[in-house]
Order: sequence, then C-alpha cells, then structure tokens
Amino acid sequence: MNQIFSNTASVATRSKGFIGIRNTEQQYGLLAIFLHWLVALVVIGMFSLGVWMTGLTYYDEWYKRGPDIHKSIGILLFLVMLARVIWRILNVKPKHDPRVGSLQTRVAHGVHLLLYGLIFAMIISGYLISTADGRSVEVFGLFSVPATITGIANMEDVAGKVHWYLALLLVSLVALHTIAALKHHFIDRDRTLEKMLGVRTQTKTKFHQPKERIQ
Amino acid sequence: MMFNKMTAVALATTFLLSTQALADKYIIDTKGSHAFIQFRIQHLGYSWLTGRFNTFSGSFEYDEKNPANASVVVEIDTASVDSNHAERDKHLRDDDFLDVEKYPTAKFVSTSFKEKGDGTAVLEGNLTLHGVTKPVTIDVEHVGHGEDPWGGYRRGFEGRTRIALADFGINYNLGPKSKELELMLSVEGVRQ
Repeated sequence: MNQIFSNTASVATRSKGFIGIRNTEQQYGLLAIFLHWLVALVVIGMFSLGVWMTGLTYYDEWYKRGPDIHKSIGILLFLVMLARVIWRILNVKPKHDPRVGSLQTRVAHGVHLLLYGLIFAMIISGYLISTADGRSVEVFGLFSVPATITGIANMEDVAGKVHWYLALLLVSLVALHTIAALKHHFIDRDRTLEKMLGVRTQTKTKFHQPKERIQ
Repeated sequence: MMFNKMTAVALATTFLLSTQALADKYIIDTKGSHAFIQFRIQHLGYSWLTGRFNTFSGSFEYDEKNPANASVVVEIDTASVDSNHAERDKHLRDDDFLDVEKYPTAKFVSTSFKEKGDGTAVLEGNLTLHGVTKPVTIDVEHVGHGEDPWGGYRRGFEGRTRIALADFGINYNLGPKSKELELMLSVEGVRQ
C-alpha cells in the first residue's frame, strides 16, 4: 500500500498544472467529469419533471409538452450513457484515496454499478411504456426511435410500474451517493469528491502521505 | 308404430312445455368476437374519441313469445380498455379514471325489457362501474336472428346509452364537453 501510494504521489506531481481529457490514476479527466455532472443533472431533472408532469391536469399547457420533453431527454440520455460506459472502459479508473477502507470502496463500487444499471433500466422501461402499442418515440421532433417489443398484454402498465419503482430506488441511491461524497469531503477530508470536481492532486498529496493505520 | 306416435307426442309436449317455461338462453359470442362494447367521448368538444373494452362475457335470455321476460348480464374486464393508444390506456386504467386495480370488473344486470313493436326496445338495468352501481336505460335495436351457416342459431342486438362520468365517481376534468360518454353495445348471442 505504502509503495503504491508513493508511486501515485510522484505521478501526481508530474500532472501538476492542468487536468487532461482522459482519466489519470489520481483523478477523473475532463470528459468523465463532464459526463458525470451532466448525467447527475439530467437524472435529478428527469425525476422532478416526471413526478411533476404526471400530476398535471388535462388543460395544463405542459400536459403534452412535459412528457414530450421527458421522452426526448430520456432517449438522448441513453446515448450519453452509452458514451459514458465506453469512455469508462477506455480509461483508467482513478485510485481510491488510500485512507478509504476496502469494504467501503467495494460498497461504493457496487452503488456506482447499480446507478449505471438503474439509469439504463429507467430509460428502457420508459421506452417500453411509450412504444407498447407500436408507436415510436420522438426526440424533439428531430428523429424517432421505433418500437421493438410490442403486443404484450398491459405492457404499458407493467412498464409504468417498473419505471416508477425504479425511479424511487434510483433517487434514493443518488441521495446515498451524494451524502457519501459529502461525508468524504467534509468529514473524512479526503480526495474522493475532489477527484470528480477537477481539483488538482498536487497540493493535496502532502496530506496523503501514508499514515500508520494504512500499513 | 304406436310407440313411435307416442314418443312423438311426448317429445312435442316436452318441447312446448320447455319453450313456455324457459326462454332461450344465448351466450354472447365473445369467443368469435361478434360482440363489442365501445364508447365514445368528445375530445375538447372538437372531435369524437372512440374506444372499447376487449374482454367481457355475458349471456341473455330471450323468448319471442314473451319478450318482456328477456334479461341480460354482461361482465366487463375494465383493464381491457383500449383506445388505440398505450399511454392513454395506461392513464385510463389508473386511479384518475377506471382504477382497474381496485375495480377490476364492471357489470350490467338488466331489470326490465320493453319492446316497442318496431324492432326497438328499452332495456333498463343496473350498471356497476368504478365501484358505483347506478340504473341506466339502454335504447335497443333488435338487429336480427336466425340460423348461422355452421349449425347454430344466433340473435343480435345493439344498445346505446349515455352515462355521466361523475355519476360513477370518475371526476377527472376532461373539459365541459367531455363529462358524458356514449356506450355502444353490440351483442350477438349463440343459442344454447
């Protein structure tokens, strides 16, 4: 542990000055950071829009526009998430702050995978509501995504239930993920959140000298 | 010969007695889908929206000699509502409208049938929808009857009525022109 960390510390000194597009072992690159915060914004926005629009009355001017936007963004989010997964595979994963225990990192990793999975499941279940009768989904009137699976009895109801309960699960995990990030930042005072904020490694590495408990 | 004659008389008597005692029972032909429960409601007051219930079952009794004794029972699976738009059907099934989880079936049970003598009739009965039972009056047209090409005997009616959604506890605001809907019931029964 000690040795690994010494290596990262020296790399960190070299990357001083700027953050690249790609990830390094110390921190996320600009593209990963951008995709993370974009998806965060969209997920929270889509949850709020979804809850709000399903409560609108028939004569509300957003009764039609709300769902149209919701569906359009959902399809675009699918493309963004695909790009994000590909980028994640192509990049190195920044190392965990060595002060974070291995159980904690494993749990965090599990939550991250679950967040990815839930976002995809949300998009797919939403798509299955709108395409249950063979209709396609229009994306801001620019292009449309055709239906694939259709004709299952009451498919739109089942997909709708799945969409709702997964949404609740997803926002709960987002809350957990957020609280954990804030805890790392303000209570543990480690680099976990800073890696995703684009804060450079260099100044902080001084604090990252291995402590007794790590060895 | 004697035996045969007696048998014939006995059979004829039995037949006459049975037709007098019991009206013919017809099972509504939902298997072959020669029956439809459709509705239409105005959209914003600018057009008519049509939908139907795909799953239902029922039967009626009808005796030409005593039509006033006719009766009908129909049970509808509310979740089978179909307005040719999955997103709308999903909305119709939820608690803004039919609330199909709470009220999975709607039912019509007739209470009286009066023929006018011109091929039309008035059917009265109780409709249970959305957990509310209300009397409704259906204008009926006796469309036709006779043998079918496959060895059976069929009889068909068409009924129309209007119901106010609020009468059945459905209060979602679809606009002033959409407070009532028309029900069209086309039934063909196969005599048992």
